[in-house]
Amino acid sequence: MRSISLEADILIIGGGAAGCYAALCAARRSGARVLLAEKANIERSGCLAAGVNAVNAYIGQGHTPEDYVEYARRDAEGIVREDLLLTMAERLNGVALALEALGLTILKDEQGRYASRGWRNIKINGENIKPLLAAAVRAEPAVKVVNHVNVVSYLADNGRILGAVGFGADEAAQYVLRAPAVICATGGAAGLYRPNSPGFARQAMWYPPFNTGAGYAMGILAGAEMTALEMRFVALRCKDVIAPTGALAQGAGARQINKLGQVYEKRYGLSTSQRVYGTLRENLEGRGPCRLRAENLGPEQIEDLYRAYLNMAPAQTLKWVEESAGAGAALEAEIEAAGPYIVGGHTASGYWVDTQRRTTLRGLFAAGDVAGGCPQKYVSGAMAEAAIAAEAAWDYARANPPPARAAALDAQAQALHDEAEGYLSRADALIDADQIEAAMQKTMDEYAGGLTARYSYNEAQLDKADGRISELTALSARLGAEDMYGLMKIHELRERLVVCRSLIAHLKARRETRWPGFGVHLDYPEKSENWLRHVNSRLEHGQIRIIFRDLAAKEARYEHHH
Amino acid sequence: MSIIIDPSACTGCGLCREVCPGNLLCADENGRAAIRRPADCWNCAACLKACAQTAIALYLPPEIGGNGASLRVSREGDLLHWLFSLPDGRRRVITVDRRNANHY
Repeated sequence: MRSISLEADILIIGGGAAGCYAALCAARRSGARVLLAEKANIERSGCLAAGVNAVNAYIGQGHTPEDYVEYARRDAEGIVREDLLLTMAERLNGVALALEALGLTILKDEQGRYASRGWRNIKINGENIKPLLAAAVRAEPAVKVVNHVNVVSYLADNGRILGAVGFGADEAAQYVLRAPAVICATGGAAGLYRPNSPGFARQAMWYPPFNTGAGYAMGILAGAEMTALEMRFVALRCKDVIAPTGALAQGAGARQINKLGQVYEKRYGLSTSQRVYGTLRENLEGRGPCRLRAENLGPEQIEDLYRAYLNMAPAQTLKWVEESAGAGAALEAEIEAAGPYIVGGHTASGYWVDTQRRTTLRGLFAAGDVAGGCPQKYVSGAMAEAAIAAEAAWDYARANPPPARAAALDAQAQALHDEAEGYLSRADALIDADQIEAAMQKTMDEYAGGLTARYSYNEAQLDKADGRISELTALSARLGAEDMYGLMKIHELRERLVVCRSLIAHLKARRETRWPGFGVHLDYPEKSENWLRHVNSRLEHGQIRIIFRDLAAKEARYEHHH
Repeated sequence: MSIIIDPSACTGCGLCREVCPGNLLCADENGRAAIRRPADCWNCAACLKACAQTAIALYLPPEIGGNGASLRVSREGDLLHWLFSLPDGRRRVITVDRRNANHY
């Protein structure tokens, strides 16, 4: 394969909402040359491929960023970084204005203010949010976008991140990307656990199956400190299609009801985790199936709900139309739990960053779902973080030019090239990546708290999971690929295995049950005040070291102490 | 979840291959669009919207409740016409105007 070398002042890995917005913000700093590497094409890549229903993080009339911090802190049972939440929340409304300037349709009231759904959401037409962001990025002369490049590893010299290496998703090429500052915006991880429908519909999942945890895995392997991986996100979703529920629940006022017609949600509480837990309990106690049911709707309202889903999850509308649902004055969807996903935009999993979104690795910044400590950021919060990271990365790049010597980086790129050629030379291997992926998902499902285990686990099971993930990791080193697409599938599998191992260590380390909807530690089924602290980890000499860190006040700026 | 591509309508323009967030679409020996691994589709509909020929349809496999209906989309400026084809031959169109925000 050929080798392509590119350089910039700031390298951004991942062109989803956070990556695109980081590129826009960085490009507006005079003189910054920005390189954006994307696994697919920024036009429709990432979580927003199908669109999004609303801007879900916004500070409505009469509220303050501090209110948002408090909301997110309560929803996460206290395991948040308030400095990150506050700096994110302060920028949310600016992001909404920026999106409108890019062409996003946002509903307004008679006074010209954004129309809200509750105090934290504004109503939009989000079907084309990603094409709008992508068009803005393409229009920036200072940004060079490389599409269809799957980044697999950082380049580091003496502990400083100075670039990354990727491979063409289809093109037989290795990309060696160098920059004095790197922003990781790869998103979170789906597909670690057995999906709800493991057959032909295995990709029926809420979080994109193409978000394979690359950013987490690259950080873990490079020795970055990670946080809250054990705070998995188990999502309450429309059953089977695994479509979001917000438009029905918050939008149309649908309530969670069981087979007896009882509204059960109030019995368990209304936090994100409690809504999931309640649905699990109702099913286990024989009161399923559970549904979300919106009543007293006219035909036009039902058609509007159909449209709302077409703008973010068209398969759900297809399902309703196929079922002739909504023929009366009600629209409902059966609901179930989906995941677990590891996603720092909803829960707090990801890189341990300082207030400026610097990771613990010099030269590396993180924003969006890959950055930890700051849950409930959603799309606008991911973009707010991207703006913070872009500013910090540009300051860092100007103050810290890359070292002249590059021998260490060349050697790392060569090693990755040789490893890739090794996979490509073993096309007839006995075991393929699909088989190992299925084994990984089954292991995580059964022994690390997946759907089959009702999201529950104990230490003995986690030890079994850890052992099997190690075996599968060893097996994956001997895989073969027929082409560059096959090579990408191997890299994605190996990323997921790295994330699984760290996730298991985190689940084991938090000896309590803080978010019962997201997971129950059967050895420690209660919440404990002793565990009101962060569980972090770092890979040191091949071993995962757990680090406990205290919670801090939102007024404090957090700095790393190297 | 998956899509089906009508080979007689595909012109091989390559736009769907460009936008698929999973890099799942490729060209067959005649240059027409093909899906590498149908079971790996996320049903995001990016390819449906990119296709000016309306050659791509999305469907629900039976595992998630599908009974043979499919969904295509044609674009006309800010309008997206979503075309539902039901197994009994009925058709339905729902039009979404990008200039209108969701009400929910």
